[in-house]
Amino acid sequence: MDHALTLTVPAAATDVPQGPPKIISLVVENMQCGSCMGRIERTLQATPGVRHARASLTAKRVAVTFDAATTDAQKLVEALDRSGYRAAEALDTTADTAASRADDLLRRLGVAGFAAANVMLLSVSVWAGIASDMDQSAADLFHWLSALIAMPAIAYAGQPFFRSAVSALRARHLNMDVPISLGIVLATAMSLFQTARGTEQVYFDAAIMLTFFLLIGRYLDEKVRVRARGAAENLLGLKALGADVIGDDGVVRRLPARSLIPGMRVQVAAGERIPVDGRILQGSTDIDTSLITGETLPRGAAAGDLVHAGTTNLGHPVLVEATATDDNTLLADIARLVQAAEQGRGHYVRLADRAARFYAPAVHVLGAATLAGWLLAGAGFEQALTYAIAVLIITCPCALALAVPAVQVAAAGRLFAKGVIVKAPDGLERLSEVDTIVFDKTGTLTRGEPALTNAADIDDATLAGAAALAAASRHPYSKAVVRAARERGLAVAPAADVVEHPGCGLLAPGVDGQRRLGSLNWVKGARDSAGASASLWYDDGTGKAVGFRFDDTMRSDAQEVIANLRGAGYRICLLSGDREQSVRAAAHLAGIDDWSCETRPDGKIAELEKLKAEGRKVLMVGDGLNDAPALAAAHASLSPSTAADVSQIASDAVFQGESLSPIIEVLAVSRASQRMALENFAIAIAYNAVSVPLAMMGYVTPLIAALAMSLSSIAVTSNALRLRRRKLALRLGGTR
Amino acid sequence: MTALAWLIPCALALGVLGLAAFLWALKSGQFDDLEGASWRAIQDDDGAPDASDDPDKKR
Repeated sequence: MDHALTLTVPAAATDVPQGPPKIISLVVENMQCGSCMGRIERTLQATPGVRHARASLTAKRVAVTFDAATTDAQKLVEALDRSGYRAAEALDTTADTAASRADDLLRRLGVAGFAAANVMLLSVSVWAGIASDMDQSAADLFHWLSALIAMPAIAYAGQPFFRSAVSALRARHLNMDVPISLGIVLATAMSLFQTARGTEQVYFDAAIMLTFFLLIGRYLDEKVRVRARGAAENLLGLKALGADVIGDDGVVRRLPARSLIPGMRVQVAAGERIPVDGRILQGSTDIDTSLITGETLPRGAAAGDLVHAGTTNLGHPVLVEATATDDNTLLADIARLVQAAEQGRGHYVRLADRAARFYAPAVHVLGAATLAGWLLAGAGFEQALTYAIAVLIITCPCALALAVPAVQVAAAGRLFAKGVIVKAPDGLERLSEVDTIVFDKTGTLTRGEPALTNAADIDDATLAGAAALAAASRHPYSKAVVRAARERGLAVAPAADVVEHPGCGLLAPGVDGQRRLGSLNWVKGARDSAGASASLWYDDGTGKAVGFRFDDTMRSDAQEVIANLRGAGYRICLLSGDREQSVRAAAHLAGIDDWSCETRPDGKIAELEKLKAEGRKVLMVGDGLNDAPALAAAHASLSPSTAADVSQIASDAVFQGESLSPIIEVLAVSRASQRMALENFAIAIAYNAVSVPLAMMGYVTPLIAALAMSLSSIAVTSNALRLRRRKLALRLGGTR
Repeated sequence: MTALAWLIPCALALGVLGLAAFLWALKSGQFDDLEGASWRAIQDDDGAPDASDDPDKKR
């Protein structure tokens, strides 16, 4: 990936003598166009200590070479932040090894392409020579030249197939690569033999073309996977947090949350997400645990209580001591459940492998039958063997092996453009079989952030007054008030001299006295507030308090999407860890009548098992940590990109944005892609149905083999490409 | 017929040349960022033109 960069490192090292340079990869979320790319590179290069920066627009990453002594990753992220780019250090680089695998395939593809073109050149001359006056010696020369080009190329370019076939045979099962490898090897071996004998049964062109086409399929498949994995890692990397760590000397340093170790003391400001699992050392506060438990109402936490990474601190600043994850019963439980669920789901056999199970034996039986048939009919052994091998060559599943990858590439590309990243290689196939959809509530059907619910009861002046105070605070409720005021078209001018009393509210001088926005008791004059609630009160100084109630609101198109899914024939359920009252309200709003509340993670799995026992294939859509086991257990799973890390990793696909409509798109595309894969199989089988009898009767010449092979491959690929532009409607059980 | 003796090696040599060019391009990372490359062509770097654009040509 970073060849260009690594090359310059030794050279650059001579410029600045001190320290070895370090190379890191930063994810930049809003790198959209070429000018961003240039600005990002210039910003980084202007940062002291940076030697080189090169952005990649495709990967939305920038590789930076810098002096570890002068600067560090956090400073680079901050520098980008100042120029308006949201960046984070890239997580692990599994994408790199996958990318180098894709490069390896591309290299083999180049060699196969070169060889195929040249062998074809020679073959066409020989075919033309049959009609004109080419003599046998010239044809022999051309055949030998073809052998010279094709054999080393096949030996090199065909390795991915040979290796996969060998490992499948070792494990005593058949995959598509077994008949492929057999076909290629036999075609090459027989062609060499026939070349030596000086006949015209030479199939080098077919063998190398086959390798070339199959490598195209393999490469595209790998490329899509690299892109999906990179994008998924970028999402996780960007969500990784920073933490204010208090050192032994009392100095606060900002560290990435990943580098925290147990025992470190972390200061968490009000409104901040808690970066680590730990125990509260100092202070008491309210915590929003919706990402973990699905509950929308905050709960109180005091010194000594355990807090989880991913929850949000709503009240006072607190001091948290990081603890090992193992201490943490909830997280450990979740991890155990996810693991058990993944094992329980069992191995899914992909369509292509299912086809291979029938196809491979059938091919070998046909070959044997041809050999036996010609022997019985009185042909010589050599002639019978030639025909049998011709059958194996012509049935070599070129189109069959391209049928699925070509469709998947087209489908994944189409979904990627809509902000859906399909991560699991067999994800689309499993998604297409789904007939029941189970939703989580908080963060999935709803936005996962509070919004003002009783705005209609509040007059403009009160709302504007409250918003003027709220503008000074980072508390989620304050943000909701400001948002509500803006939505109503009110001008929000931040009030002067606002004082925030963490955990209580905001205070500012006003015309009629002190204006207060905060919890009921505090606004009414109490010095401190007790207990968490989902409301704020505002007093403009006249002593009359107005209540602001908050709730997690539905995603804007939730109702419409649910109705469409139901209309398409899906069964919809809602499983939430939240309290009955809010689940009932959400279910009613979304139009779901099959719902259950206060479900624990293991309870969600039990529900899924029940549906599975009814013979249903379940799609789980969820975002919380408490959904992760269910996501892993379901037949297929989806999560929004705001989901907890564990949930994103456990799900087959991730969708971005506020809208739920990607769910419809995913289901429609996956069903269409499955149907097109079957169409492609039909095309491949139709081609076999015509050419195999010809081969068995001994009519297949090298020309027919080469033409049939290329045409069927092109046919399935162009059929798959139709998926990119087609309009799709979702209909369960229907054809279109 | 004798024309073949030099025509075929010529054809092959040209093919090998193309292949070598492709392998070089792949190795030097020409295909790493296809979207970005299309923008770099029209970018005018005021500062140091060689600093960010092509590190291979730098030395």
